[in-house]
Amino acid sequence: MTTTNGSNEAIPTLQLLDPEGRRVTTRGTKGYRDRAAALTTEDLRGMYRDMMLTRRFDDEATSLQRQGELALFAPARGQEAAQVGSAYALRPQDYVFPSYREHGVLHVRGLDPVDRLQFFRGSDHGGWNPTEHNTSVYTIVIGAHTLHATGYAMGVQRDNTPLDKHDGTAVITYFGDGATSQGDVNESMVYAAVNQAPVVFFLQNNQWAISEPTTRQTRTPLYKRGEAFGMPSLRVDGNDVLAVYAATQEALERARTGQGPSFIEAFTYRMGAHTTSDDPTRYRTTEQEEYWRRRDPIDRLGALLRAEHALDDDFEAEIKAAGDELGAKLRTGVRALDGGAPVSTFDDVYATPHGIVAAERAWYEAYDAGDPPAPQYAIADSAQGGAR
Amino acid sequence: MTTMAERTHTTSDAPEAASGIQTLSLGKAINEGLRAAMRNDDKVMLMGEDIGPLGGVFRVTDGLQAEFGEQRVVDTPLAESGIVGTAIGLAMRGYRPVCEIQFDGFVFPAFNQITTQLAKIHNRTHGAVPMPVVIRIPYGGGIGGVEHHGESPESLFAHTAGLRVVSPSTPQDAYTMIQEAIASPDPVIYFEPKSRYWGKGAVDLDAPVGAETLNAAQVVRQGTDVTLVAYGPSVVTALKTAEALAEEGRSAEVLDLRAISPIDTGAVVASVRKTGRCVVIHEAPVFFGAGAEIAARVTEECFYALEAPVLRVGGFHTPYPVAKHEHEYLPSVDRVLDAVDRAFAH
Repeated sequence: MTTTNGSNEAIPTLQLLDPEGRRVTTRGTKGYRDRAAALTTEDLRGMYRDMMLTRRFDDEATSLQRQGELALFAPARGQEAAQVGSAYALRPQDYVFPSYREHGVLHVRGLDPVDRLQFFRGSDHGGWNPTEHNTSVYTIVIGAHTLHATGYAMGVQRDNTPLDKHDGTAVITYFGDGATSQGDVNESMVYAAVNQAPVVFFLQNNQWAISEPTTRQTRTPLYKRGEAFGMPSLRVDGNDVLAVYAATQEALERARTGQGPSFIEAFTYRMGAHTTSDDPTRYRTTEQEEYWRRRDPIDRLGALLRAEHALDDDFEAEIKAAGDELGAKLRTGVRALDGGAPVSTFDDVYATPHGIVAAERAWYEAYDAGDPPAPQYAIADSAQGGAR
Repeated sequence: MTTMAERTHTTSDAPEAASGIQTLSLGKAINEGLRAAMRNDDKVMLMGEDIGPLGGVFRVTDGLQAEFGEQRVVDTPLAESGIVGTAIGLAMRGYRPVCEIQFDGFVFPAFNQITTQLAKIHNRTHGAVPMPVVIRIPYGGGIGGVEHHGESPESLFAHTAGLRVVSPSTPQDAYTMIQEAIASPDPVIYFEPKSRYWGKGAVDLDAPVGAETLNAAQVVRQGTDVTLVAYGPSVVTALKTAEALAEEGRSAEVLDLRAISPIDTGAVVASVRKTGRCVVIHEAPVFFGAGAEIAARVTEECFYALEAPVLRVGGFHTPYPVAKHEHEYLPSVDRVLDAVDRAFAH
């Protein structure tokens, strides 16, 4: 059966929570259900809160872009369960290689929300120190970071040889359905598989690579790609936070225990535009959007919590207040981001002095100060490559 | 800038010295440099195609997997973007990967990783994530290779901020510079002049390893009438030309750049101010090549000292030719002499 999203619903998909928020007890999923059952009510409330705040972040950032405060923004709306559920399965020492839409993951990792918008404001190419949260900065060349993830995992492997020295570090990388067509993504799976590197490939299949549907990327269900490279692969309902959490936790455990890489396809939907510059009405139908709106990941978890008497007006009000606080912080913090002095462009181009950069910097500083014109290509101190 | 009175570019019959000075081919000198770096730092590792039991197609990694094991000398899948991309991840984890690209023309599958990632991650993270990765690339022609086996793509990398681009011309420099490249916290593209792999010279295995040769050009022959600027495989051509010029009564100074990013502008300018003439020699096409950059800088800095325009001798704006024709494409002594004649005719 082909659905409005062009995919076959008969493909085996792990689901622990149906679109109405009821727990599902399909045969063969007991291991995953046990993992989900280990989540306390407080854990589930935390997930709900973080998904709500991720959506609020989206709305605030989109508003800031409309006001001209951000150059661009890529909303994560609709993918909150895939992002928050997988991030909840991570440990602090695990290393995350995001693409550029993983706002929910970064939120759970504890990154400052203002820093997370530096890239989109145009005040920084990154925005945070990757070593502080074991979370790499966004990578814009699609799929390039998946190789970094595999390489990092190969390093973890070497640090942890023999395996009983293992500190339990695992690596996860996020990418989309469009990225699966990239050579780097395929090479990263080759390298991970032959090395049995401790990395989890987390695909968010949100159905759209800007304007191109998944049918422009593949003839086969994408989870089968991972299988073909020789790693355990699974498709999960990406709007079911419990299934995402359980599947990711299982994959991370395999990585931690020397059982190599895994592949997860979280089947989800990009409810918003690709970015604030995009216009989805040019390429997709309102029927499809409506189909997925009824599968909203936040509504689903909310229905479960209400059924289990874990969501009341007080908690909703508390989340609303936290969202208001987040919004205020973003509006103030983002406007204050100015990228520093233009001369900082010359900072950190190299770790050690480089004569050409040093000479151009010196020229720029003199020009900026209105000093008598200096030769643009002044000779640097050759032996040392010039002063910094 | 340093000056060394004597450098040996050709096969020497001298027996191996006992005091740490040995006569080695350029390829073997790199091998010894890699070995020394790996002994000094267990985070140094090698990655590439066929570099394990085979020792690489040019045998530059010969014996290293036997000494350091498969975890440190890695035979990778046949995918160059994967080699560099995983090396970046390993560097993030604290390793110092040295990648071997089998031939110059095969670096292009990795070009994206090198230019959009490797070159920029230090800058993107404000120095929090340095990228101590070395990319070794056998380059240049003259060995009768098939397509993609004789190219000189160094300008493409020099045009990218964040990369250092170097090329040794002697076994001693090859030995020292590979260790300095590995020690550098910056990514270094280390171009190996493949036609000179077999040329031998004295190598002091105890020579100090700093950072100087990665940044500083070297006068390898002193002269007064014209400056011949070269690097990598073209240094031998420049030296042979200088000998021919000496027979004609002209005194050529030969400058070995060693690096084209950064270019040691000061060393070039100092020499040209003395000689008044400058000819740049490289195998890469002259169109948008390193010679164009040098000519622009020399013109700006030495305008009133110049007796003639800066001239360039190098490859043509054609695909690298078939092996049957490559000797007409590569800068030869005859073509350099022709350029010097033109410089003197002004």
